[in-house]
Amino acid sequence: MDLAYTPRQKAFREEVRAWLAANLPREPLASYDTREGFEQHRAWERKLFDARLSMVIWPEALGGRGCDLIEWLIFEEEYYGAGAPMRVNQNGQLLLGPTLIEFGTEEQKARFLPRMASSEDMWAQGWSEPNAGSDMAAITSKAILSADGTHYVVNGQKTWSTRASFADWLFGLFRSDPGSSRHHGLSYLAVPLDAPGVTIRPIQALNGKQAFAEIFFDDVKVPVENRIGDEGQGWHVAMATAGFERGLLLRSPARFQYTARKLVELYKAHRTVADRDPSIRDAVIEAWTGTEAYALSAYHTVGRLAKGARIGAEASTNKIFWSELDLKMHETAMRILGPFAELTGDAPEAVEAARWLDGFLFAQAGPIYAGTNEIQRNIIAERMLGLPK
Amino acid sequence: MDFTFTDDQLTFREAVSRFLMTEAAPETLREIWNTDIGRSPELRKNIAEQGLTALSVPEDCGGLGMDDVAWALMTQELGYYALPDSLGDVAYVAAGLITGLPAGTASREEWLGRIADGSIRIAVGHPVNPLVADANPADLLLLAHGDEVHAVPRDQVEIEPNPSIDLSRRLARVRWTPATATLVADGAAGRALWAQTLNRGALSAAGQLLGLAQRMLDLSVDYVAQRKQFGKPIGSFQAVKHHLADVATKIEFAKPALYRAAYALAHGEAGADARVSHAKLACGEAASLAARHGIQVHGAMGYTWEVDLQMFMKRAWALDAAWGDRGFHKARIADAILVEGAALGPGHTFEE
Repeated sequence: MDLAYTPRQKAFREEVRAWLAANLPREPLASYDTREGFEQHRAWERKLFDARLSMVIWPEALGGRGCDLIEWLIFEEEYYGAGAPMRVNQNGQLLLGPTLIEFGTEEQKARFLPRMASSEDMWAQGWSEPNAGSDMAAITSKAILSADGTHYVVNGQKTWSTRASFADWLFGLFRSDPGSSRHHGLSYLAVPLDAPGVTIRPIQALNGKQAFAEIFFDDVKVPVENRIGDEGQGWHVAMATAGFERGLLLRSPARFQYTARKLVELYKAHRTVADRDPSIRDAVIEAWTGTEAYALSAYHTVGRLAKGARIGAEASTNKIFWSELDLKMHETAMRILGPFAELTGDAPEAVEAARWLDGFLFAQAGPIYAGTNEIQRNIIAERMLGLPK
Repeated sequence: MDFTFTDDQLTFREAVSRFLMTEAAPETLREIWNTDIGRSPELRKNIAEQGLTALSVPEDCGGLGMDDVAWALMTQELGYYALPDSLGDVAYVAAGLITGLPAGTASREEWLGRIADGSIRIAVGHPVNPLVADANPADLLLLAHGDEVHAVPRDQVEIEPNPSIDLSRRLARVRWTPATATLVADGAAGRALWAQTLNRGALSAAGQLLGLAQRMLDLSVDYVAQRKQFGKPIGSFQAVKHHLADVATKIEFAKPALYRAAYALAHGEAGADARVSHAKLACGEAASLAARHGIQVHGAMGYTWEVDLQMFMKRAWALDAAWGDRGFHKARIADAILVEGAALGPGHTFEE
């Protein structure tokens, strides 16, 4: 155990900090759940990419820096610590990206990854269907290989696809063997969203914005070169990329530590009012202990991965932990703000431009998306504790 | 930056676990619980023969000179087996306090040597604990009078036992009169020693609580996998699974808090108080939930004397408030994070 950063790690931190100080947008960007905000975020991603800071853990040849996971944690700390914009293309960069690196052909990597790192291509997910939510293996959308083997013909429907109204591409699972069931006979495809036969219908989220969409496929032709991994192996491809690393990458500790810091500031600024309810102080303390525990767990795990450990179902404890912590922190902020908590960003008397309200609304989704917390608890019980199905 | 244990440290933990598995089996615990002093000289002798009493004693006094980080692993094993012995108090907490006495303090080397060879029992009366654990069988008591540290022989104190629900914790009210002859440190030095001792005591309790949480989880998993109702193991029902998954999650995120606190203590970091308090709270909450959900999934069996779970629950309930209760540790964290200019948020997990 040696908890000092190396000179190289310190220098990297300084470099990122200096770059952010010089380049951060002066005004907050509009919500990335709107067309205008989406494009603002795309432009910001381009700027990050040009500084080779968009995907620091990717190899240099793909536009990254070949950073290790400790350096990635440092990057995240500086990035979120500076209050930098949320990452609009993270579903592509952090979910599809690692899958392509592990399972993609060289041609696919060259075609997709640099444009993903620069956010010229924005990616949406295609997992859930109206009757395949928590039970993802119930997928029925079909991708049937043409007789000449050059393309798939895709029919069906995907839903809850984040920011699909604005995205360029979709990745997801489709049933390529019509006689198959459950997790057999699925293939993992990349589908351009401007292809003929694709219809996107926005779904208005709790915040009133087009945060996600449902997507209809009507005889959509998808070239066979867009299949990632082998035919019928889609489930394996989707699951096999080290689940933990993916989960950790998607929700790094720094963004929650930033929220905790803002919550402490909010509490201190409103302490006279807040202290009328003594449980608020406890909740503020828990914001610090919880976010520190999450960060410490990440460093511990990254250290074990570096020593060759494999991480399994413990990853599910992460999802439960951060989603419930994030919700609790935002609930606490709402309680501190009291009668001002309900005010939207348009209200002249809104506190901090209603950012706590926005975060509170988004935090409601945390225990639901990426596998509900009930599903995560089943995974922990069955795969980590070994309880019977 | 490497926040993991070395192979040597993990091997050491493994060896301690194997030793305690045979020496502190539940049947042994029950036997020792039923004795008058609640302690077994034979068990202590075996512990000393393994060298475990010598872990923290400096090498020039016959010990192994291990630091707080090693104890973060060791105390988890003490908790996992609910060891009915004051090993942590003597070999870690008291050893640390005595090591911190100025060189040249009369008897310092003798005490350390006897801790190392297992021939002395020392009770620590820190002001945060109103009652003193293991005062009765102690040869020597380290007691506080304001900032002063006194080393008082057993025959110079009056002891009134206060039985605890945890029969392996022998608590007592200790009455004594401070005298120049027993004074070993005072003023700023005494204050610093008591502050260090509090952190070590709290870290030791935290480690034991985490070990207890893991043991209660393991016992519960075993029970629900074999107990059948409605024709199947009750562990196949989601309501039961989710209870235990929540315990596993609490444990998972208490562990790194314990390790971070141990490192902060070992390196004398300025922020060590808050780190230790975080560890104590997180491990205490994990153990409390493990006890609550543990007894729930054991059903009526969990409420009996016969089933082993009770021994671990009682230790957990007792230690949760030892070496600072939750209110105490929350206040220490509040002091650290609410102060003007506190180093909070991303990038401050390791650097001060």
